[in-house]
Amino acid sequence: MNAFAQTPETGFRLPDPDFVPEELQMLRAQVRRFVETEIQPHAEAWEEAGEIPRDLFRKLGALGLLGMQHAEDYGGTQMGALASVVFGEELSRSTFGGVTAAITVHTDMSASHLSRVGTPEQKAEWLPRICAGEVVCAIAVTEAGAGSDVAGLRTKARRDGPGEDADWIIDGSKMFITNGVYGDLLIVGARTGGEGARGLSLFLVPRDTPGVSVAQKLKKHGWLSSDTAELYFDNVRVPASALLGGENRGFYAIMQGFEHERLMIGAFSAGEGAKAIELTLDYVRQRRAFGKTIWDQQATRQRLAMLASQVAMVRAMVYQTALALDGGRPVSLETAMIKSTGPEVLHEVVHGCLQLHGGTGYMRGTPIERMARDARILRIGGGATEVMLEEVAKRI
Amino acid sequence: MKVLVPVKRVIDYNVKARVKADGSGVDLANVKMSMNPFDEIAVEEAIRLKEKGAAEEIVVVSIGVKQAQETLRTALAMGADRAILIEAADDVHTDIEPLAVAKLLKAVIDEEQPGLVIAGKQAIDNDMNATGQMLAALLGWGQATNAAEIEIEGDVAKVTREIDGGMQTLKVKMPAIITADLRLNEPRYASLPNIMKAKKKPLDAKTAADYGVDVAPRLTIVATTEPPARKAGVKVESVDELISKLKNEAGVL
Repeated sequence: MNAFAQTPETGFRLPDPDFVPEELQMLRAQVRRFVETEIQPHAEAWEEAGEIPRDLFRKLGALGLLGMQHAEDYGGTQMGALASVVFGEELSRSTFGGVTAAITVHTDMSASHLSRVGTPEQKAEWLPRICAGEVVCAIAVTEAGAGSDVAGLRTKARRDGPGEDADWIIDGSKMFITNGVYGDLLIVGARTGGEGARGLSLFLVPRDTPGVSVAQKLKKHGWLSSDTAELYFDNVRVPASALLGGENRGFYAIMQGFEHERLMIGAFSAGEGAKAIELTLDYVRQRRAFGKTIWDQQATRQRLAMLASQVAMVRAMVYQTALALDGGRPVSLETAMIKSTGPEVLHEVVHGCLQLHGGTGYMRGTPIERMARDARILRIGGGATEVMLEEVAKRI
Repeated sequence: MKVLVPVKRVIDYNVKARVKADGSGVDLANVKMSMNPFDEIAVEEAIRLKEKGAAEEIVVVSIGVKQAQETLRTALAMGADRAILIEAADDVHTDIEPLAVAKLLKAVIDEEQPGLVIAGKQAIDNDMNATGQMLAALLGWGQATNAAEIEIEGDVAKVTREIDGGMQTLKVKMPAIITADLRLNEPRYASLPNIMKAKKKPLDAKTAADYGVDVAPRLTIVATTEPPARKAGVKVESVDELISKLKNEAGVL
């Protein structure tokens, strides 16, 4: 029994649904090996440093794992939602939520906007380097005063002169931006028109553009290896070609990505949940108290059985919804259900599992302690549970 | 030169094997299966030979249940050019014995005429370490087992092997059989674009009957049992106590 081990001898994995094709099973095997050899042995140090080495992105890029949402013409493989779900689930099983966040914000939550609404010129300029891991992306939409309520953004962009060729000047600030400290390319949401959702646009802003500064590298409750920034934009000048997806069309571009993002958070919930149960099964089957193992206590078995069943249900809905999304069916109800409930189930799971680890689970350095901290943000980020439940309520 | 690499689908090295309730073997139902790690090393070595210009084509062969085509696809995704699946069993629990495998491989080799066969030194399921040697005997080819390093010099393969006393270097005239040891190389990842390309590479499906080889087992498994669980040890306070226990309890002094 080693509560600090990241991969116990006996695994807990739910079988794949029959519709997961062979190539995605092979993808899973490769990502799993990558997690075991390239992430798990090093990520404790990244948690300490608060930074993930750029080399990790390059290695992922060389294996084609950063281009699943991008077209083949730009170095990607255009795989769809099911592939991203497999990828996100396996990364989540690393037990390092911060690493999962840094990678998937790059692949599925920022550069994906560029693929969806970018011009061929914008794609040609950025996507090959994004797929290779040479350029790391961040999505800079959230502000101190506007999170899940995207329509309330205050950062402004104005044209510096008449005509469509004029430069844009961006002023404002952004909060809680994953990859915002060490990333290279920010996709910034800014107000270009009137109040509300109809006045927003997106811009491609290299982080080294004069006037962009990191106000602070934020200290967080979890996700310690992932960098999170507060950013200032002071008279930031970008060319007309930096406008992404049309003037005042930003909200729609962001909305188009919501379903995929929410699905990904469901995949994290399933992956982290199953991994927490795996670690806990290993612990309770060996840890003894009052003359028998904790697993021999019926209360332990019943608790873990219930948690495992709930994770299996979240996972089943995530996979089913990914299939539907790839089939072009509308899934806004399903993805809102997944985003509202997946992280709540995960919260139960990680805290239930920490409880079964006893005092050991409260110690820094055990995966379950880190997982309990890392899981907390999933109930907030990408649309808080309460906001998501309203999205569900609107549709039932 | 064409290189042929046999690959076996085995229980994944990460899985803790469990014995079937009736003791007839290891339970493989719903268990994760992967390419035998030594075969993966053999595939990697063949790809490296191709990258160095010492080989032109890599053919991978698997013998067993239909699902072994997943194993072949993995080899194709790593970089093999084409695959041959020889279906020889319906039940995932049926193991084809080394002699039958060697006979089937000989039949494939007679057709394919490779200049070199690189195989894993053994499969991690039954650890027989026999197929490569039997195949060499059936073909009348030279063999170099447990290779830790392979160099091709004209029609000769220079093979370094780890032996008890140190390293031994052999020269075998090709065509030859080489079996791969753990330290020969570290197999690459299959990149996602290569996984997608592997779907389009040719995979020929054959059966044991196509080659006229009888795969009926010659061996009978009498029983399969889990290794006995290790009992917890005891801590002693002093050397005196240890000696006393060794004398009086263990009876070894």
